[in-house]
Amino acid sequence: MKGLAEHLIIVPVLLPLLSGAVMLLLNERSRIIKGGIGVATTVALLIVSIMLLRLADLAPATSGGPGVSVYQLGNWPAPFGIVLVLDRLSALMLVLTSVLGLASLLFSLARWHRAGPRFHTIFQLQLMGLNGAFLTGDLFNLFVFFEVLLAASYGLVLHGDGIVRVKAGLAYIAVNLTASFLFLIGASLAYGVTGTLNMADLAIRVPALAPGEISLVAAAAAILGTAFLMKAGAWPLNFWLPTTYAAASAPAAAMFAIMSKLGVYVILRLWTLVFGPEAGALAGFGGTWLLVGGMLTIVFGTVGILASQSLPRLAGCSVLVSSGTLIAAIGTGNETVIGAALFYLVSSTLGIAALFLLIELVERLRDPGADVLAVTMEAYGGGDDDEPQNDEVGIAIPATIALLGGSFIACALLLSGLPPLSGFIAKFAIMAAMFKVDGPAVQATTWTMVGLLTVSGLATLIAMTRSGISSFWARMDDSIPRVRVIEMIPVLALLLLCFGLTVAGGPTMQYMEATTQALRIPQGYVKGVLTPERSGPEQGDDNQ
Amino acid sequence: MTELIFSLAVGILTASGVWLLLRPRTFQVIIGLSLLSYAVNLFIFGMGRLRTEAPPVIANIEAIDPALYTDPLPQALVLTAIVIGFAMTALFLVVLLASRGLTGTDHVDGREDT
Repeated sequence: MKGLAEHLIIVPVLLPLLSGAVMLLLNERSRIIKGGIGVATTVALLIVSIMLLRLADLAPATSGGPGVSVYQLGNWPAPFGIVLVLDRLSALMLVLTSVLGLASLLFSLARWHRAGPRFHTIFQLQLMGLNGAFLTGDLFNLFVFFEVLLAASYGLVLHGDGIVRVKAGLAYIAVNLTASFLFLIGASLAYGVTGTLNMADLAIRVPALAPGEISLVAAAAAILGTAFLMKAGAWPLNFWLPTTYAAASAPAAAMFAIMSKLGVYVILRLWTLVFGPEAGALAGFGGTWLLVGGMLTIVFGTVGILASQSLPRLAGCSVLVSSGTLIAAIGTGNETVIGAALFYLVSSTLGIAALFLLIELVERLRDPGADVLAVTMEAYGGGDDDEPQNDEVGIAIPATIALLGGSFIACALLLSGLPPLSGFIAKFAIMAAMFKVDGPAVQATTWTMVGLLTVSGLATLIAMTRSGISSFWARMDDSIPRVRVIEMIPVLALLLLCFGLTVAGGPTMQYMEATTQALRIPQGYVKGVLTPERSGPEQGDDNQ
Repeated sequence: MTELIFSLAVGILTASGVWLLLRPRTFQVIIGLSLLSYAVNLFIFGMGRLRTEAPPVIANIEAIDPALYTDPLPQALVLTAIVIGFAMTALFLVVLLASRGLTGTDHVDGREDT
């Protein structure tokens, strides 16, 4: 049993790969089976990731160790082999990924999975890439998982076809290919100087470098950072982001909400690990850049939100505000602020994903008949011939509008950070933490940050109110949008989760604080990866 | 001498790649990306230090003198990077063709400058 539990860490990578491969063998027409396999896999992923979260959270209490579980691929010890590392941060991101994955997949079952070929396989590979990137402890392996999830995301961006998607996809692929090349340059430069690609080993070797080599490591870190900031959507590397996210189909866009957070995650992971207080000459390297860059991203996102003419673009710009807030919070380098920012990460990702899904439903209010989707679905021969019964499931009662409107208000409250939902707690916690760090003499950066957070919230509220009025209080005629139950459930579930975050704010915040405390002391991570505990003789037999 | 030629090659490939990447035609962009990927692959290779007459694969296990061998890891990384870069370029090519077919132009914005 102990042996099986050890292998749980690799399940989030293997399971989606397996089910994605199996679905490739099935005929494109058998969508019900594919959907079934997809949902079953994603539910299993959710269960596994929650188990891993419990494992990561309870690890210190049981073993007295640093709360880091390590899975050595091929049983090679850490600096030589590739390791998967599970700690609180990666477990949290895993759970978030599978929650979003399940919500988007359920949503897509209503119509979107019929809009193009091999949707389910691409979707599972996307999950695999995300999970792998969150788990891996090796810089080059991180690159490989990045490419897996990017390749899948190229497919998802183009899913549904159409000129807008192809145009946005073209820019998206070009930008991300360039970012990947920067990633490769940075990773190989880091290897050339330090002689290792293992993140934990990097954390040991960087402080011990000769003075002449430090500038090379700094260059490598700057190049890597640029690549990750591109993914995270930091200004001025983010002009592609709102266009692409707005053009993508709703379930794909909801998944992309976590993809920009992957960039933030990697920055947080590498930065706290390699450039922590122990890093000697490079301690806190680039912190000011992150802080200022994050603030500028908030400004850009806020202006974008106010200027948005359409709801999808508005949601794309809120991704920028969310990324900017996180990057700036990481840039402060203070663990209380970062802990609050992690809470904000969860809350804002769920909120933005719910908004992307909701927008698709709200847009039907405006333009019920002429839907691009309908055209592409006919082009693919899907639609009515295949499943004639399903169209009757849609509920056509005014309750639909009440539900849509209520969810829209909830999204607005979440993103602008008003009580009573978790967005408020998150923003309030960030501000309170920043004031607490400064003490009585509040610094100018703190005032700027607090001001930006408030203004961005106000701008979000104004823009969402404006588009809410034009969507819901507009002339309805007698056309009530046909919304299926299966499309409404994911949106409501995501919003309910945010409500749950509010109710369980205390325990969640404790988890986040424990996470950042572990991040502040990278020695725990390093020790866990390089000298993992060999528990008991029976495990040695398993591995032979 | 090898070092000079090597670094000149990487530099020229990168410069041409970046210049082409910023051009308005999709074909120029994809050639730019290819050139950039060659430059990056050479760079990764160079990070294992340039050595001549030093094999990366250790032949016999007894009496190993690491000084006689070159670092095999960057060569393995280059292989991975080549495969991934090639696949991504192929994928980009498909999108490029789709864009050409849908918009009727090879401009990256999908429409000609007026």
